[in-house]
Amino acid sequence: MSSTVRIADVTKHYGHVKAVRDTSFELGEGELVALIGHNGAGKTTLMKLMLGLIRPTAGSIEVLGDNPAAGEFGGRRQLGYLPENVSLDAALSGRETQAFYARLKRENVPKALALLDTVGLGAAARRRVGTYSKGMRQRLGLAQALIGHPKVLLLDEPTTGLDPELRQTFYDVIERLAAEGTTVLLSSHALTELEERASRVIIMNRGVKVADGSIEQLRNIARLPTRIQLKVAGLTPGELPSWLPAGAPCRRLNGHLIEIDAAPERKLELLHLATSLGTSVEDVDVLPPTLDQLYAHFLRHAEQTA
Amino acid sequence: MNPLIIARKEIHQAVRNRWVLASTLLLAGLALSLTFLGSAPTGTVGVRALDVVIVSLSSLTIFLIPLIALLISHDAIVGDMERGTMLLLLSYPVARWQVLLGKFIGHLAVLAFATCLGYGIAAAALVATGSPIGSDSLVAFAAMIGSSVLLGAVFVAIGYLVSALVRDRGTAAGVCIGLWLLLVLIYDMALLGILAVDQGRNISAAAVDAMLLLNPTDVYRLFNLTGFANVSSFAGMAGLAQTTLLSGQVLLIALLFWTVVPLGAAALAFSRREL
Repeated sequence: MSSTVRIADVTKHYGHVKAVRDTSFELGEGELVALIGHNGAGKTTLMKLMLGLIRPTAGSIEVLGDNPAAGEFGGRRQLGYLPENVSLDAALSGRETQAFYARLKRENVPKALALLDTVGLGAAARRRVGTYSKGMRQRLGLAQALIGHPKVLLLDEPTTGLDPELRQTFYDVIERLAAEGTTVLLSSHALTELEERASRVIIMNRGVKVADGSIEQLRNIARLPTRIQLKVAGLTPGELPSWLPAGAPCRRLNGHLIEIDAAPERKLELLHLATSLGTSVEDVDVLPPTLDQLYAHFLRHAEQTA
Repeated sequence: MNPLIIARKEIHQAVRNRWVLASTLLLAGLALSLTFLGSAPTGTVGVRALDVVIVSLSSLTIFLIPLIALLISHDAIVGDMERGTMLLLLSYPVARWQVLLGKFIGHLAVLAFATCLGYGIAAAALVATGSPIGSDSLVAFAAMIGSSVLLGAVFVAIGYLVSALVRDRGTAAGVCIGLWLLLVLIYDMALLGILAVDQGRNISAAAVDAMLLLNPTDVYRLFNLTGFANVSSFAGMAGLAQTTLLSGQVLLIALLFWTVVPLGAAALAFSRREL
């Protein structure tokens, strides 16, 4: 796997504000990377650095073989970008906008126009962008980012303003691109959506990278308990099942449900106990830590060590 | 050809936004009224009707063309940044100087179209009403249109420089209005005042020439009012035409200089900006 984006010890200051500090990572071909962090954590700054819109205070960046800080832009023909709150020239129609961007990338215009149907802009494509709703602007923004066959896609909050149906289409499109070797970096607050799709997660906090890895790796690092929910018949209020080892953190959710926080290494043991003969367990749900919980964990951890 | 792709889009937008229509109508309307109202004092014997029109139209151009040019250009960079469209454009495989050059070509094309059509209509109207027009007058008229476009180019470039330097659109507009007042009105008044006080004792003709070259609107004025003998006699500039050392060529080069330097400075300032 070769890298398409290299960030090495990058720091960016805006006056006294340290937007990004000593951050390094590499993104490889075909990776679908989720960049998450609170507002102002440095997500947008990182993308702008990769595009050469701003120059790093220290460190070096390489995108598709270019050094964007030096104004090199040859590789940008194979780069798609969707800014947060995309704005497009209001006087032109969707089709005219798309054709303009296709020409700038030296790509086939009819092919680029076909993308407008992919994102479901269809009939509205002939109307002026000035008349578009937020969701329609976002669709057009996506369509322009997909022009050509991008090797790197930088998507800043791509799914805000999209309806659930288009969200699905959107993830289908980028998953297909990633399967074909495109590096996709997307920042989002919709963590549950990313959980199933991202092959890798980078968590930023106050300009510092606090975690980087696949969800499985992050779960291993975080050592957050897996929640086991049991539906148990015939328990009197306040009573806990007798087979439950003493000291296992658990709580009654309602008359029938008991939730146990199982440390990773005790998960199997507890499940085994719960499903062995003689217990009155009727149903079992195993809930591994979600990306939301992992995110909260890493932020807390970062704040404590800071 | 990235600049041409961008120029094409700028022209497209200007047509959509009615900029082309508005500026053409404005220039045509004023040119036509000057042509017909302006010839009233000279009466119908005006064998040199077109020369009179050149004098009055070029005086009008000095006020109007810089204003239109600054209106179009002052928000070209800072406005696109504020609206956020520049962010996306610069993520494409284009250099910043190409963006600037593309906008310049586009805006200048709009201005050139409006000037040629607007002023051309006035000349055509004179011909249609049967005024005799000499070939030397036609040459002077064509030179007036050409230099008007060049004056427009100067102020488009100055507008870009302001746009590339300031933080927000409001400031760009304010600075441009200030520059317009300075170059179109205040500079000449101050120069005139100094010359009147000095009475020709200390300031040589060469020094006056130098001071005129420092203001593009004066360069334009000199070019049109002294460059052609048939016109300068009407303009009351025959005296100045004889003393000035500045030939038409020098004046044209000065206007080109006034375009290229601000444009280059704008490109430099823009390339250093962070979005």
